[in-house]
Amino acid sequence: MIPAAFDYVEVDSAEAAIAALGQHGDEAKLMAGGHSLLPLMKFRLASPSVVIDIGRIADLSYINDAGDHVAIGALTKHRAVETNELLKSQVPMLAHVASQVGDPSVRHRGTIGGSIAHGDPASDLPAALLALGGSVVAKGPNGDRVIPAADLFTGFLETAVASDEMLTEIRVPKAAGAGWSYQKFNRRAQDWASVGVAAVRNNGASGVALVNMGPTPVVATAVQDALASGADVEAAAALAADGMSPPDDLNGDPAYRAHLAQVLVKRALTEAAA
Amino acid sequence: MQVEVTVNGQAKSADVEPRTLLVHFLRDELGLTGTNVGCDTSSCGACTVHIGGESVKSCTVLAVQARGEDITTIEGMASDGVLHPMQQAFMECHGLQCGYCTPGMVMAATSLLSENPSPTEADVREGLEGNLCRCTGYHNIVKAVLQASGGQS
Ligand SMILES: Cc1cc2nc3c(=O)[nH]c(=O)nc-3n(C[C@H](O)[C@H](O)[C@H](O)COP(=O)(O)OP(=O)(O)OC[C@H]3O[C@@H](n4cnc5c(N)ncnc54)[C@H](O)[C@@H]3O)c2cc1C
Ligand code: FES
Ligand code: FES
Repeated sequence: MIPAAFDYVEVDSAEAAIAALGQHGDEAKLMAGGHSLLPLMKFRLASPSVVIDIGRIADLSYINDAGDHVAIGALTKHRAVETNELLKSQVPMLAHVASQVGDPSVRHRGTIGGSIAHGDPASDLPAALLALGGSVVAKGPNGDRVIPAADLFTGFLETAVASDEMLTEIRVPKAAGAGWSYQKFNRRAQDWASVGVAAVRNNGASGVALVNMGPTPVVATAVQDALASGADVEAAAALAADGMSPPDDLNGDPAYRAHLAQVLVKRALTEAAA
Repeated sequence: MQVEVTVNGQAKSADVEPRTLLVHFLRDELGLTGTNVGCDTSSCGACTVHIGGESVKSCTVLAVQARGEDITTIEGMASDGVLHPMQQAFMECHGLQCGYCTPGMVMAATSLLSENPSPTEADVREGLEGNLCRCTGYHNIVKAVLQASGGQS
């Protein structure tokens, strides 16, 4: 399978990427690691006429201590997130979740910015970002703006990052002492999650987000609210599928996924509390 | 578009369309047919090569994305007629049956050992999760990787 023909533009800075987006408009697509975009292009589910390669913007690959949060450049590879000592000590869930993406070869190419910007409901890192209460920086023709993760995922493969903007940084609050758990349920080793749960519990506050339980990566609001008003793990987990519209595919129908979400949320909350 | 790369230590270049996948560039432009295409959908790892020493699935990388990079394929593993220790271990442990997955397995396994020189059996199994063997010879593949690492087999 070969993608449809396109013009290839390589850029060496975020500014150049935004200028190229401005010049080529809706016909253009940014390509970071290409590990979501290229498979779509090979199936001809996407056929941009211009591909803007941002994969080599070296100064957007970093993991920095920024005081109360860790700042991660959008072009940072999953492998770097997985193995980074600062993240392992300050936001261990994020490093762990990165290690659950695909397989090692995928993690050598795929980027955190690409994962978040793609906004696939089946992907792992967006749910982690939601549970951790993170945010992203989007750079556009008029400068930078910060978008909280909670406002980011707006529809199936749609995010609040505008078509003339580029995601440049991911910010995750430090949570060194927090309890956390990531439950990824899949049927074969390297598969995407049939359902996944990211849970963080920190001084009475809880963040719970779900993978593959609707058109977007999604916060389990009913679970969080129940925990906030004192419900125990069992009662909160029973609400895991409330307000969700899980997909129907070969890995499971909506009722199966709803059940799975309840089981996995219970496991996640129990592990995060331990 | 001109793509200049170093493949197995040699400078190579060819003029290809931007949509050319790295695996096709290696096989069709450079004649390095050791790298196989299995699934063509990023799942099986038959097409695994190294870019800068790291395993990648070359059916999911554009040749233009690899410009200027140092690429190693299975053809670059043996030197002066002597098999790479990983190849030798695959041979000794019967880590291949039909051999279709083998180039990708060897490339993924050597990348794994460069990141984790003393893996446990579980590490090897997880490290090779992106590589499928249709002959299902996983047991001996894992044995071979452990032997190559100097660990128990
Ligand atoms: C075999 C396989 C298995 C996988 N398994 C999993 C898995 O289990 N879990 C999981 O979460 N993911 C999985 N993935 C996807 C992987 O995580 C991708 O790396 C990731 O989804 C996209 O990152 P990328 O850098 O490759 O983005 P690309 O494919 O380059 O881009 C994806 C989309 O995001 C846009 N984009 C990229 N970067 C930016 C940016 N900085 N600003 C704005 N827009 C941007 C692109 O225009 C494109 O629309 C798998 C992929 C493969 C091939
Ligand atoms: S051919 Fe590339 S992963 Fe199967
Ligand atoms: S040896 Fe036949 S596919 Fe692995």
